[in-house]
Amino acid sequence: MKTTHKIRDGKFSVETWEFGSGEPLLFIHGAGGLTGFDPFLEELGKDFRVIAPHLPGYGESTGGELIEDVVDAALFYHQLMDELGIPSAHIVGHSMGGMLAAETAALDVHRAKKLVLADAAGFWLNEHPIPDFFALDLSELGSYLFHDPKSPIAQLFLAIPDDPEQLVEMYVERTKRLAMASKFLWPIPDRGLKKRAHRIAAPTLLLWGESDRLVPPIYAGEFAKRIKNTKTEMLKAAGHMPMYEQPEAFIAAVRGFLKS
Amino acid sequence: MKFTWFHLMPYRYLPDGFKDKYRSVWVDIPRNLYDPKIGHRLYNDYLDQLELADRLGFDGLGVNEHHQNGYGLMPSPNIMAAAISRRTRNAALVVLGNSIALYNPPIRVAEEFAMLDVISGGRLVAGFPVGTSMDVNFCYGEVPATIREKYYEAHDLILRAWNEPDVFAFNGKFTKLRYVNLWPKPLQQPRPPIWIPGGGSVETWDFCADHGYQYSFLSYFGYKAGKKVADGYWNVMAKKGKEMNPYSLGFAQVIAVANTDKEAEELYAPHMDYFYNRCLHVYNGFADAPGYRTPSTIRAGIVAQVGKEAALRREGLTWNDFLEQGYIIAGSPKTVRERLTEAMKSLNCGHLMMLQQIGSMPPELVRMGMELFAREVMPHMRGLWPNFEDKWSPNPMPEPERAMPAPIDLRRIETNGKTVHAASPAAHESRSAK
Repeated sequence: MKTTHKIRDGKFSVETWEFGSGEPLLFIHGAGGLTGFDPFLEELGKDFRVIAPHLPGYGESTGGELIEDVVDAALFYHQLMDELGIPSAHIVGHSMGGMLAAETAALDVHRAKKLVLADAAGFWLNEHPIPDFFALDLSELGSYLFHDPKSPIAQLFLAIPDDPEQLVEMYVERTKRLAMASKFLWPIPDRGLKKRAHRIAAPTLLLWGESDRLVPPIYAGEFAKRIKNTKTEMLKAAGHMPMYEQPEAFIAAVRGFLKS
Repeated sequence: MKFTWFHLMPYRYLPDGFKDKYRSVWVDIPRNLYDPKIGHRLYNDYLDQLELADRLGFDGLGVNEHHQNGYGLMPSPNIMAAAISRRTRNAALVVLGNSIALYNPPIRVAEEFAMLDVISGGRLVAGFPVGTSMDVNFCYGEVPATIREKYYEAHDLILRAWNEPDVFAFNGKFTKLRYVNLWPKPLQQPRPPIWIPGGGSVETWDFCADHGYQYSFLSYFGYKAGKKVADGYWNVMAKKGKEMNPYSLGFAQVIAVANTDKEAEELYAPHMDYFYNRCLHVYNGFADAPGYRTPSTIRAGIVAQVGKEAALRREGLTWNDFLEQGYIIAGSPKTVRERLTEAMKSLNCGHLMMLQQIGSMPPELVRMGMELFAREVMPHMRGLWPNFEDKWSPNPMPEPERAMPAPIDLRRIETNGKTVHAASPAAHESRSAK
């Protein structure tokens, strides 16, 4: 369920989705943010205390102007954990959230018990350029995000409201989110993680959609090269958004790794 | 009424079917479409046109900055302004302008503008655009979320560099300099006039109103569509209790003059089609990087000039549509006079940026249009705003005090005491592009 945390003396107001109890699991979302309807979080809540904050600048979270780079973002997650009384947690990051999760774990190696990086950004390979998703239309985005862009779940993501006012508000919110993301990803999603990834001490699962066309699976190999203790798992019939497209396999992989 | 003769410097030879074969004229336009030998002739044709505009009595010569763009071949407008500075005498050099957030450090702009002002005897108008999203975000890689903050900081640095009497240190967020000390300083004191070109961001209206800068709306949609933006600007000016002086607004308008209305259509229609359907063919994904426009601008419903929505508006438009919807003002001198007067009055605009060369227009046609406008339109509109003072034009040194470039004959070049004939006069006259 949704709750709000005021942290750093109210400088950040953080819209947070929380489910279940048990070992804490911090979920760090990607550039698109949470949708407000993210059943995989609730499902993970059956085994963990799931905490999924919206990054400032996303949804109802405020204070985005105080976060200008990946270090600011990592320190924001440290601060949030401190104020929630969680010295360390399992950290699961998706896409841009994978990049921020890796930074969060590298800048303080005691924060992450275990780390899951799903279809994570953070590196750049000249031979495998990541498409410029900022310049993609919603109509074009589907084939980059989903294994099957025609599936009902993909269509739900790519739907454009008929009501003009709703459309403007959707556009404003999308712009607000991606503007925040541009601080970490524009014009090339590389902010020097390669200098810091070696610091990551937590056992790390690299979980990838096999048909991810946005951050292709070859990038899982790049993480494996640079982080000490990794395991890689590819999900079939999944693109860049496996937790929506193949939720059961995604949840099973995360649960299996964190419980092992 | 003042007239700035504005050039975009387009590539005139984009192939037929460009719109269907390629996704964008801007950002990722294929490099192999550019032939530098043709480019050589084009630059020289265009510089000739700007120089002619000075001799014909236009008040300003306009150049601007675009990158990786098939219709705007001026990555550095300062180079063009420098090139025309010595063969023009009277017109203002309207550099509209430098995207100041792109220069590292931005003091470079303060320096180059000061150079232009000094070399031209004080004829510079300094333009400070944020720059389009295509230019600043996609071509030059600036982060959309911080481009405006960087722009404002660069502006503050440049203004201080022009104004402060002594060396100072500047500790900005984006630029840190221990010694800011401008050599040369601008000739116009305290500074050259500043014009801010905009594409319709609501923040720019406040910025202009607060600083007393001229706001130039550079639109290709013409005066009817432009009225919404002009009204937005005047509303802000009125709310802040500023003078509604028409000279504090500049407006770009495509103008095509011929001897008769019919002749205008015959001569110009293909070039309008080239401009609106090839030159403005910009991939929708490049139109508006997220964060480039603020939520207030998006909510104000101001449509970007390029991209899908703009293209849909233009889809299938004919010559008559372009005329009726005000994209262009075209026809005989009498028609143009009437339409343009109506347009300037409806916008309350005192500084017209005229686009008389657009798209594929060849030099002879451009020259005809310029001469007709200068002779038969401009003089009739001079007195449109008798009750207002133009506080936004340059204040140059008196002509007799200004340096005169040494006369040279380019056809006879002297080297090591020998005189070489570079070319026969006949060949020289026919050296425009293609």
